[in-house]
Amino acid sequence: MVSRTTDDYTAMALSGCAAVCEPAFWAGFDRSSAQGFYDYFCQLTDYEPKRAAKFGLPHYSWLCINPKESEDSELAREVIDIIPEFLDRPNVLGIGEIGLNKNTRTELKVLEWHVDLAARHDQMILVHTPHLEDKLKGTRLILDVLKSDRRIDPARVIIDHVEEHTVKMVLNTGMWAGMTLYPESKCTSSRAIDILENYGAEQIWMNSACDWGISVPLAVPRTALEMRKRGWSQERIEAVTFGNPMRFMSQNPRFKV
Amino acid sequence: MTRNELLDLYFMDARAKLIDIAAFLDRLDRGTGEADFRLAAFLRAMNELSCNEPQRARNVLLSLSDPTEEPIAKAPGKGAVGAWAVVNS
Repeated sequence: MVSRTTDDYTAMALSGCAAVCEPAFWAGFDRSSAQGFYDYFCQLTDYEPKRAAKFGLPHYSWLCINPKESEDSELAREVIDIIPEFLDRPNVLGIGEIGLNKNTRTELKVLEWHVDLAARHDQMILVHTPHLEDKLKGTRLILDVLKSDRRIDPARVIIDHVEEHTVKMVLNTGMWAGMTLYPESKCTSSRAIDILENYGAEQIWMNSACDWGISVPLAVPRTALEMRKRGWSQERIEAVTFGNPMRFMSQNPRFKV
Repeated sequence: MTRNELLDLYFMDARAKLIDIAAFLDRLDRGTGEADFRLAAFLRAMNELSCNEPQRARNVLLSLSDPTEEPIAKAPGKGAVGAWAVVNS
């Protein structure tokens, strides 16, 4: 929510949002130093929770150097080395959103460092999968990295931004799948509901995006409305929109909603 | 839901998107210069719509995806354009 206004917090609170989970992500520009990330992690773990609390919303975060900035491996190493300092902060749920962007060798190496960091500190993992034409290949590469590390419990990993061509391969690993709802890229409400109906709603969650680009913070409640139009019962809607994220994130005892 | 209930819910939206695609292709026809790989990729992906299996969305996405398996040496940039350029393989 660091890129959003207080109007968005108000709208989310009014629409029944129970908590905010904010992964470390690209700011729309490359940070020039590890110190820039240090300040960002302070913002995510100190200032932003206070801002959210003014709207009655608990705020949780995930920490990493995001894949869009991980092509510089020297900077990535420096940033990963400062993350442990923040892992004991009360709103930190784990490592994320890690993953790949353009599926490069360096991005892959930095992903492996993040997975190792999560394993050494017993952290949950939130994974970003690449955009558009890069998603299929990137999702395969990411799953290979995670499956090859025996220390990683698949049930404590969520692979975000799945679409019709990647959801099955994710669910087959025992990891959670996330669908990020966007008006254009990634997944629309109607397609997200199709995916739930086709692949089951047991281990998938939906999330609204609140980034600096075009995104809709109320995408989840809008999708819930469309689910009602499609004949979903209130109980099933709540199981997906609220119960599933609760089940996944409650694996971290810090998460209390 | 029945097919007619789904038509009631989604037909007008799909109709509008279909006309938008038709107008987009008309606009490209009126444009000048050579189109890059995205147009060919788009037309190829459209072929998936005539499939009779309920896997069209998945197949369109697969059609637009990079099918290679090895990580690349260096990122050509940060962004994605929505279709895979064969020349980059």
